[in-house]
Amino acid sequence: MTRGGMGRSTTSRGMSRNRSAAALQLPDAVPLFAALGDATRLRLLGRLSAGGALSITRLSEGTGVTRQAITRHLHALGDVGLVRHARRGRERVWDLNRERLDRAKRYLDQIAAQWDDAAERLRAFVEDQE
Amino acid sequence: MALKTPMPNDTKSTDRIEKRIVLRAPRTRVWRAITNAAEFGTWFRVKLEGAFTEGRPIRGRMAIPDYEHLTLEMLIERIDPERYFSYRWHPYAVDPAADYSAEPTTLVEFTLEETDGGTAVTIVESGFDRIPLARQAEAFRMNDKGWDGQINHLARYVA
Repeated sequence: MTRGGMGRSTTSRGMSRNRSAAALQLPDAVPLFAALGDATRLRLLGRLSAGGALSITRLSEGTGVTRQAITRHLHALGDVGLVRHARRGRERVWDLNRERLDRAKRYLDQIAAQWDDAAERLRAFVEDQE
Repeated sequence: MALKTPMPNDTKSTDRIEKRIVLRAPRTRVWRAITNAAEFGTWFRVKLEGAFTEGRPIRGRMAIPDYEHLTLEMLIERIDPERYFSYRWHPYAVDPAADYSAEPTTLVEFTLEETDGGTAVTIVESGFDRIPLARQAEAFRMNDKGWDGQINHLARYVA
């Protein structure tokens, strides 16, 4: 793959901002977005997505983040329904709520809508010249 | 709750977008509109610099109102005359401050077929399952109409 892409420059900071306190007063989709807007929480979702239900100990491994912080992030994700916890034997494990996560798939709907528009512009472009 | 439930195999619905349209124009005409970079730019709304060449990148500035500050880069994969054209790019790369170069790309494919009175064009964009969730969330933030019209709220509270 080549370098570049649509954007250039250096870093992406936007996603790490956390305004969940304000966002919680807003309609359903907004707190979900706010909960996703944190690098640690996104990594947790990634781990859970790949590894099924996991304990906090397992989720903390190799992250360089304390168990307390991981617990806090899991609760933030739990508050918006992205993860759930259950007991497995003597330990508490956390798991993805896949139905909730599927809402993120609306991303595809937006891109599909853009292709609809582009296809109609292509139609106008070739048919008008007939 | 069910633990360790395997995820249903829905790659098809989440990984790709497919569109098929029938255009009332000869295949030669449609082919040129898609694979001549200047013509592509006219309807896609991007000012591309240069021509589409297999294996080569091509860049341009978006020509869509409110998106003119964005640069688009396409890496042309295959040009099979009058039949198939494909390239890779970064989908929905709408944050000018972000560096998308290390991220996975999606593959866009145009396939042309002659039909009664025109040309059928199938457009497939695939590879979305590899796009980071953060980028997907960003798309919601950036799009005016995203998430059931809540984005204006989002911009005020989250941006």
